[in-house]
Amino acid sequence: MELNKFEDVFEGKLAKNEMVEPKDWMPDNYRKHLIRQISQHAHSEIVGMLPEGNWITRAPSLRSKVVLLAKVQDEGGHGLYLYTAAETLGVSRDELLNNLHTGKAKYSSIFNYPTLTWADIGAVGWLVDGAAIMNQVMLQRTSYGPYARAMVRICKEESFHQRQGFEIMTRLAFGTEDQKAMAQDALNRWWYPTMMMFGPPDAESPNSENAMKWRIKRETNDQLRQKFVNQTVPQVEYLGLTVPDANLKWNEAKKGYDYSEPNWVEFKNVISGNGPCNKERLAARNKAHDEGAWVREAAQAFAKKRKEVYAAA
Amino acid sequence: MSDNQGPVWEIFLQKKAGQPFVHCGSLHAFDKEMALQNARDLYTRRGEGVSIWAVPSNAIVASSPEDIGPFFEPSNDKVYRHPTFYQIPDAIGHM
Ligand SMILES: [Fe+2]
Ligand SMILES: [Fe+2]
Repeated sequence: MELNKFEDVFEGKLAKNEMVEPKDWMPDNYRKHLIRQISQHAHSEIVGMLPEGNWITRAPSLRSKVVLLAKVQDEGGHGLYLYTAAETLGVSRDELLNNLHTGKAKYSSIFNYPTLTWADIGAVGWLVDGAAIMNQVMLQRTSYGPYARAMVRICKEESFHQRQGFEIMTRLAFGTEDQKAMAQDALNRWWYPTMMMFGPPDAESPNSENAMKWRIKRETNDQLRQKFVNQTVPQVEYLGLTVPDANLKWNEAKKGYDYSEPNWVEFKNVISGNGPCNKERLAARNKAHDEGAWVREAAQAFAKKRKEVYAAA
Repeated sequence: MSDNQGPVWEIFLQKKAGQPFVHCGSLHAFDKEMALQNARDLYTRRGEGVSIWAVPSNAIVASSPEDIGPFFEPSNDKVYRHPTFYQIPDAIGHM
């Protein structure tokens, strides 16, 4: 087949809402875009384990400890599903991890903020996982098969993540005055960083146009952000807390809330390495990887030795 | 220092006894035991399966997407392979 014909088949699939599979022909830029997006997503899951892992040893009860452990373990699994999805596009796991560890690859800006109190664990599950779910529900219908299938699995597991976070917020918001203040403080600090998770405004988002054209994304950054605000404000009201946005107001005409944009200068700073915890996160990832080297070496040596024994027998 | 992640394995899960095994994803592992253990930890944390197959990825032979036409063609013109091809007298009813 000539190139034109390959391209027609590819475009035809997108037009018919069919999925593109690893062995199908795809334009180079589509492949590159996917590798970048899926690996960034994978890195976000893995780095995302760090701010929450920070509280596992200090969870206030055994129940909250096992819940948090299970949640963080799920995030590790999400990272693995996504790395294997990226690998179907012809990159190796080593390459992807190396890009993360050398600071070449990006991950979600949200995980460069610190988890200072137990209320932050509530806010992360409720808001950060809430925002992630909104994005991931959309991605279940993304045009690349392995990515879409990983998302279906992930979305099933995510549903408890947001609930456990909201449960923590509920306990605090309906607890003592001090506890309620803790909950409000966490909301104040996490609101705008969470809003940034959907990415820059559509007008300034360099990758959005292609992502929409190729049906990798089906809703724009601003559409998802608006959806998130609409969904979350009633939950904040239920908790008796206040969204840290003086401009937040119901707009009957658009059947949604008007809201303030997050500080996009801060966003740029954080993704380019200058957020409050970027160095700490990268150092923690590198340490874990380096300290695991002997395990990989031993497993490899053991597998090799066993093969030799079989061969000799 | 080794950065090697081990070979890729394809994982198939059986949801319940008696049902077919269905592909659920892949993972890295250095040997069979590790592949099974990793599959259990990664793909069955919520009772998603009662049995696991782990197959080295490079052992799988797959048809190509371009084959869709010619490769599967022979089945298209054999309508007599379907029960609807045959007429059963009304008097017989269901068969
Ligand atoms: Fe996740
Ligand atoms: Fe999650």
